[in-house]
Amino acid sequence: MSQQGYVAAPPYSQAQPGMGGYQGGFGTGLAQPLHGHYGGPPQAFTAPTTGKGLLLFISVVRMRQGLEQLQQVCTHQIVLLHFTSYRNCLASGPMQSPPLPASSVAQQPFQTPPPSAMGQPQMPPVLQSPHMSPHMSPQMSPPQSPPANMQMAGQPMSGPPMSGPPIAGPPMTGMGRPFPGPPAPGARGFQQPGPGVVGPPGYPQQAGMPGAFPGAPGGLAGPPQKKLDPDSIPSITQVIEDDQGKQGGTVYKTNVRGQVPPLVTTDFTVQDQGNASPRFIRCTTYSLPCTADLAKQCQVPLASIIKPFASLQKNETPLYVVNHGETGPIRCNRCKAYMCPYMQFIDGGRRYQCGFCNCVNEVPVFYFQHLDHMGQRVDFYERPELSLGSYEFVATLDYCKNNKPPNPPAYIFMIDVSYNNIKSGLVKLICDELKTLLENLPSEEGMESSAIKVGFVTYNKVLHFYNVKSALAQPQMMVVSDTAEMFVPLLDGFLNNVTCQLSHDPVPLLSSLLDQIPDMFADTNESETVFVPVIQAGVEAFKAAECSGKLFIFHSSMPTAEAPGKLKNRDDKKLVNTEKEKTLFQPQKGVYEQLSKDCVAQGCCVDLFLFPSQYMDIATMADVPSHTGGSVYKYNNFQVETDGEHFLRDLRKDVRKSIGFDAIMRVRTSTGFRATEFFGAIHMNNTTDVEMAAVDCDKAITVEFKHDDALSEETGALMQCALLYTTINGQRRLRIHNLSLNCSLQLSELFKSCETDSLINFFSKSACRAILNQPLKNVREILVNQTAHMLACYRKNCASPSAASQLILPDAMKVFPVYVNSLMKTAPLVGSTELSTDDRAHQRLAIMGMGVEDTQLLLYPRLTPLHNMDVSSEALPAPVRCSEERLTDSGMFLLENGHSMFLWLGQASPPDLIQSIFNLPSLAHLQGNMCALPELDNPLSIKVRSIINGLIEKRPNSMKLQIVRQKDKPEMLFRQFLVEDKGLHGGASYMDFLCYVHREIRQLLT
Amino acid sequence: MATYQEFIQQNEDRDGVRFSWNLWPSSRLEATRLVVPVSCLFTPLKERPDLPPVQYEPVLCSRANCKAVLNPLCQVDFRAKIWACNFCFQRNPFPPSYAGISEVNQPAELMPQFSTIEYIVQRGPTPPLIFLYVVDTCLEEEDLQALKESLQMSLSLLPPNALVGLITFGRMVQVHELSCEGIAKSYVFRGTKDLSSKQIQVGGDKGRPPQPENAGVFVFITRFLQPVHRVDMNLTDLLGELQRDPWPVPQGKRPLRSTGVALSVAVGLLEGTFPNTGARVMLFIGGPPTQGPGMVVGDELKTPIRSWHDIQKDNARHLKKATKYYEAMANRSAVNGHCIDIYACALDQTGLLEMKCLSNLTGGHIVMGDSFNTSLFKQTFQRVFSKDYNGDFRMAFGGVLEVKTSREVKVCGTIGPCVSLNAKGSCVSENEMGIGGTSQWKVCGINPSTTLALYFEVVNQHNAPVPQGGRGVIQFVTQYQHSNTQRRIRVTTIARNWADAQSQIQHIESSFDQEASAVLMARLGVFRAESEEGPDVLRWLDRQLIRLFMFHLRRSPFLQVFNNSPDESSYYRHHFVRQDLTQSLIMIQPILYSYSFHGPPEPVLLDSSSILPDRILLMDTFFQLVIYHGETIAQWRKAGYQEMAEYENFKQLLLAPLDDAQEILQTRFPMPRYIDTEHGGSQARFLLSKVNPSQTHNNLYAWGQVLRGAPILTDDVSLQVFMDHLKKLAVSSSA
Repeated sequence: MSQQGYVAAPPYSQAQPGMGGYQGGFGTGLAQPLHGHYGGPPQAFTAPTTGKGLLLFISVVRMRQGLEQLQQVCTHQIVLLHFTSYRNCLASGPMQSPPLPASSVAQQPFQTPPPSAMGQPQMPPVLQSPHMSPHMSPQMSPPQSPPANMQMAGQPMSGPPMSGPPIAGPPMTGMGRPFPGPPAPGARGFQQPGPGVVGPPGYPQQAGMPGAFPGAPGGLAGPPQKKLDPDSIPSITQVIEDDQGKQGGTVYKTNVRGQVPPLVTTDFTVQDQGNASPRFIRCTTYSLPCTADLAKQCQVPLASIIKPFASLQKNETPLYVVNHGETGPIRCNRCKAYMCPYMQFIDGGRRYQCGFCNCVNEVPVFYFQHLDHMGQRVDFYERPELSLGSYEFVATLDYCKNNKPPNPPAYIFMIDVSYNNIKSGLVKLICDELKTLLENLPSEEGMESSAIKVGFVTYNKVLHFYNVKSALAQPQMMVVSDTAEMFVPLLDGFLNNVTCQLSHDPVPLLSSLLDQIPDMFADTNESETVFVPVIQAGVEAFKAAECSGKLFIFHSSMPTAEAPGKLKNRDDKKLVNTEKEKTLFQPQKGVYEQLSKDCVAQGCCVDLFLFPSQYMDIATMADVPSHTGGSVYKYNNFQVETDGEHFLRDLRKDVRKSIGFDAIMRVRTSTGFRATEFFGAIHMNNTTDVEMAAVDCDKAITVEFKHDDALSEETGALMQCALLYTTINGQRRLRIHNLSLNCSLQLSELFKSCETDSLINFFSKSACRAILNQPLKNVREILVNQTAHMLACYRKNCASPSAASQLILPDAMKVFPVYVNSLMKTAPLVGSTELSTDDRAHQRLAIMGMGVEDTQLLLYPRLTPLHNMDVSSEALPAPVRCSEERLTDSGMFLLENGHSMFLWLGQASPPDLIQSIFNLPSLAHLQGNMCALPELDNPLSIKVRSIINGLIEKRPNSMKLQIVRQKDKPEMLFRQFLVEDKGLHGGASYMDFLCYVHREIRQLLT
Repeated sequence: MATYQEFIQQNEDRDGVRFSWNLWPSSRLEATRLVVPVSCLFTPLKERPDLPPVQYEPVLCSRANCKAVLNPLCQVDFRAKIWACNFCFQRNPFPPSYAGISEVNQPAELMPQFSTIEYIVQRGPTPPLIFLYVVDTCLEEEDLQALKESLQMSLSLLPPNALVGLITFGRMVQVHELSCEGIAKSYVFRGTKDLSSKQIQVGGDKGRPPQPENAGVFVFITRFLQPVHRVDMNLTDLLGELQRDPWPVPQGKRPLRSTGVALSVAVGLLEGTFPNTGARVMLFIGGPPTQGPGMVVGDELKTPIRSWHDIQKDNARHLKKATKYYEAMANRSAVNGHCIDIYACALDQTGLLEMKCLSNLTGGHIVMGDSFNTSLFKQTFQRVFSKDYNGDFRMAFGGVLEVKTSREVKVCGTIGPCVSLNAKGSCVSENEMGIGGTSQWKVCGINPSTTLALYFEVVNQHNAPVPQGGRGVIQFVTQYQHSNTQRRIRVTTIARNWADAQSQIQHIESSFDQEASAVLMARLGVFRAESEEGPDVLRWLDRQLIRLFMFHLRRSPFLQVFNNSPDESSYYRHHFVRQDLTQSLIMIQPILYSYSFHGPPEPVLLDSSSILPDRILLMDTFFQLVIYHGETIAQWRKAGYQEMAEYENFKQLLLAPLDDAQEILQTRFPMPRYIDTEHGGSQARFLLSKVNPSQTHNNLYAWGQVLRGAPILTDDVSLQVFMDHLKKLAVSSSA
């Protein structure tokens, strides 16, 4: 956790500290090249002062022919895009490519592409601002070029717009402002009154949103302009579909070094043949640059996303457990790497050379085996640790706390019984659910019952512990009011083995207790709660029972009672978009910090279920879960009728998750590079050991690597992730994941082996961490810059020469800009006062623990049309792009991003559709608060429900189904997930962003 | 006129008072010359079945700083309806209700036979009694079971409207809520953290103080103290479910026992809810406090609990701190009128030395035993709830004893289970003896046998002696809460004649009450022993001497700590300073009865010469009851003669001491340790250690006499030697 501020450290990866341009340049007009290593002259971008002036028409040319040609040139696919820009006529309003609202920068010179760069020198941008640059034409000119038109496929690449003189822009004055900010709020030009408005006219508030970027793909502006064909820009759905088509249903064998796995969205089966399954580890690139210089040059972050407990598919083999006996697993003497397929046996099998540090070790006598003619051990296929990428070792006492075998872990359910939760019926709901839930605790494979022990605590201002020892005639409740110094009042009888009790007791004490709890507090009027003491109690309980475990805390309000960790309202919307915005995300220090440490030390994972009705400082409250491998669930204004089932599904999933406790993870690498940064719901005491109180099947740790030295193309790069943990049965184990990567001196190799989904996972997490220490504005700027930088690097080094106006994207990263744009529109990064601080903090923390699938889905929700699917087919209908344009008035769409789920109904939905889904005569009859579809016996209803249930089942979080009608007020919520469109709370459309990035790239290339 | 003996007896029977002198020397100088001060043993609530309380309130002297109660010694002008206070001589009119007063129609308080009279105060609420059990759960299974049964049994003995509460402790302290259905609820406190009274109330939300409703009936909302009749079943179940402290005790450690915090919670709970209401905290412990405030010994078994040796060597680490802690608590409790009992049953010490003040200052009981699973504990505990002839408990609460003296005498202090109320006044002497500097004391727990020693000073100067024929008057006013919850005031007014020491020295001499004096001096001795170094006290005692009682007193565990643990010493002293005269005498000089075929049972000298083969001896030391069968008797018994019809008389002989012992066992509180032994038995040591060692291994053969009695192996001097020495000292000028 040595993150010393986002600025001090190079940005997301590889950049050297000396590159000052990243830090200071933005917004200060620093006359220094941004990206010095490109060596170009200062870019000729100038800035119209307000967004009003710059009008940009883009025509996208899909150059199939050119593409084909290029494919022959390059060894990999590229997508070639040709953008030409046009000036819009002024009347149609400004075209604003700036993706980000940042009102504070309004007075600063804006940097826009100079006319020359656009190939339209005769159309200088029109400026009305007093800050305009002297070289710019003060007058507006009508568009002189022909209207933008689609370049037909097969046409030469240099279309008419390309024919302009080469770049000869005036010297740049607004250097360092890659982000043309929006004009000052209220600037007239921001309204988008153009006739071709795509946004539904039903939302006047959209335009009035301060700082928001109204509008739509750049093409909407003027009558002379044709609408851009959105299909022409790279589509994620297309990429997904292609990959699914190509690799879906195949068996992916992990026997090749540096092999790029199928996409996370693709349905495939993994066969472990010496490298860890991509379900466990995914990398941003599978071919590392050989040298630090190369890495620096390309700016592609080198990172792995490790999900040590990822769930495997049913047809995939679970991990083998290897027992090396009393001496423990065999490890390299020097670097302590565990026995793995990368150990090279030599000397007739008597010795082996470590693949990580090259140290030569003796083979222990009991482990000796002869080598065959290939130099491979004869028992190669009998030993998982020699032939597989992932396996487990049985850990010896040396690997246990205090050299004592661990006890089985425990789950403690801690229920806030203050007035809010009683009144909402939540307590009763939980208690009722627990009765059945407890019979389904996770258990080790082959075990009949779960070894997990269970305890109960309720609390408001004081804590109530329950003794349900089976010898008792009735449960005992013990109240602890000394919240200043928390302790556990009982040992015996607090943590019990539930499975035994439920099956053996005719009238189980536990049921009786769970029946009684809601009644006991039925007439409570206590509304104050404590929080830190609750977690402390859990830690103390685990300490007393000498076990690790998980706390399930059901909490409703900010802890205001007099106790450690008391919080006060520090929500301040005025801080949004200021330097101090980061404080909204920063947890309160002090007792919370120490608490995280204590939790991790004891192996106490905290899962928080929050039921807030107002601000409750989630940044602070969720700090402990986010350091202990826990999850935070949040149900705003919880109502049993509408949110109950949703919450219970989450709870069930959470309780039944496969999980490991008291874990320490270490990532070892072969010489030449090493892990430097770790992102996740983790705690780090030093720079190498990742500590997690628990790690479940949905938690991923993103690890960034840096070069120490040059890597060799021949030996490649190896990494071994070793996770020491306690199983749910109380066994100490080591889970090993090995992965070998290629190394290359060719950047093209690297770009070819990139994985966009992993990249965006890395960027999401690093950005989410960065906003703790930096103004959001900077973070967004860096994101865009690095995106441009990576792409520019590709363009420069890997792509065949082409006109500057062409946007060339590496195939593996062609949809990367969509994700980056979407990332910048996520709640934490968007910087809008419309969003609740708690929601933003919550999402920020959630992202930190996410795996590649989760970030992918979060940043690009699935929008699935349901109105025209084949109800008889098993397959899911193909998703469409997340854009309003894809919606149809008579359609029904399902949108989900892993956290929210919407069923959108067009206003012209045919009545028979409504009838068969809702059993209602028309859309108008639909009640607003419906959260589940009625069970109707018709093929469509069955199919739709099975799709929805399937998705809910599949995702880590259960989602609440929200039904929205087109043009209804709740549609706003839905629309913010259409990530290709302009953001509801600010943020550019995909098209605009792409243009903007393109401009940036060109700036970098010149 | 009756003999002094009769006079003394009569006075004791009527007023519960025994004075050291029954004629008082008329000046300070003469009084000091008498060595034994003018002092008395006073039993405030002495059982007086013949004394029905009057249903009205006492009439008080109207002088603000006097407030003496109208008594038979006052001069009354029946015509003017005026009475003169015999302390301050204020003339007071009778209140209107006494309008009908006349020579022939006198109120009871004016009649001479009512020198002691009890008033019932009608006003004010009558809160129920409160019993708060504070139970140690770090006990052996067997002990805990026995204790649980005793506690359950005790519920049936409590008055149905009494409030009960339960606090259990071990490593933690649990306050149990008693009225919950379906779930047993308790509040838990950390055993290591001292909580202020406020914290306990806030933290535990201990319910509200009683709200008076109409007709003086209380509705008690508090959750922790509930009427017995309401929670009887619940509490019985709760006690039945009580488990041993569940926290594991590692090898070589003592269980962690948070006695200090438990008491603090108990005291705080009562303080917050029922101040100034009669309440009894009953602490049951099976070992020493080992953690938190009030800790007496650490939990390491390898460090033994402090001994007298450690204390003398200043090696007792926790002693001062713990004592201070418990003293503070005792004072808090006393201020609120709550008394604390300690029932300590363990083979080793339990920290009574540190905790004794809890009972000593609040008038609670201390009972010490080896195990809760003994009849000694069980019956003693049962006897706490014994009832008098009216069916009322023999216990009273919140007693305040006030002493008023006529101006020639002042009160120096008292020794007994009480605390000072710091009431200064004209009758308070500057010369403190015992707890002095006040004329009022609080005795939170008081029973019919509770006896205080009060010491007075004659203040008249030698040159202005009291005129002959005058009388010194002392009035004892005891306000208390009767066990039937009534508030009562008992007033005892006594008078003694003044005598001029020069002219009437024989009279004074004959008015000397040897027994009372012995006990009074012994109390002073014990009081000093508690606060001063042992040898100094013995030296002091040697200088003030009273015949042979002192010989035994010197050897008694009240002053000698040899062979006694600090806890035992504390225990013995505790009882010594509160028992009445008879019992005190037994404690000083144990009684020895002899049973033989030679005649009816007779008391014999507490001397080794009394130990004969053909005798059965019964020794009562108050704490022990020893039946000792002489050598021959023991042989006969072993031979089984008592089973034979022809030796019926032998059987009778064997039974006689048993019957007598039974009688004692049935009345004594606490129940004495009952020992049945014989010549040569190991338990015979209890007898041998008490008797006067007139024959020891030193003089046995030197004297060349025929062996009669049993030689005692001791280096202690015999009474004979002691007396010889004493005589020598008495006549030498330096003494």
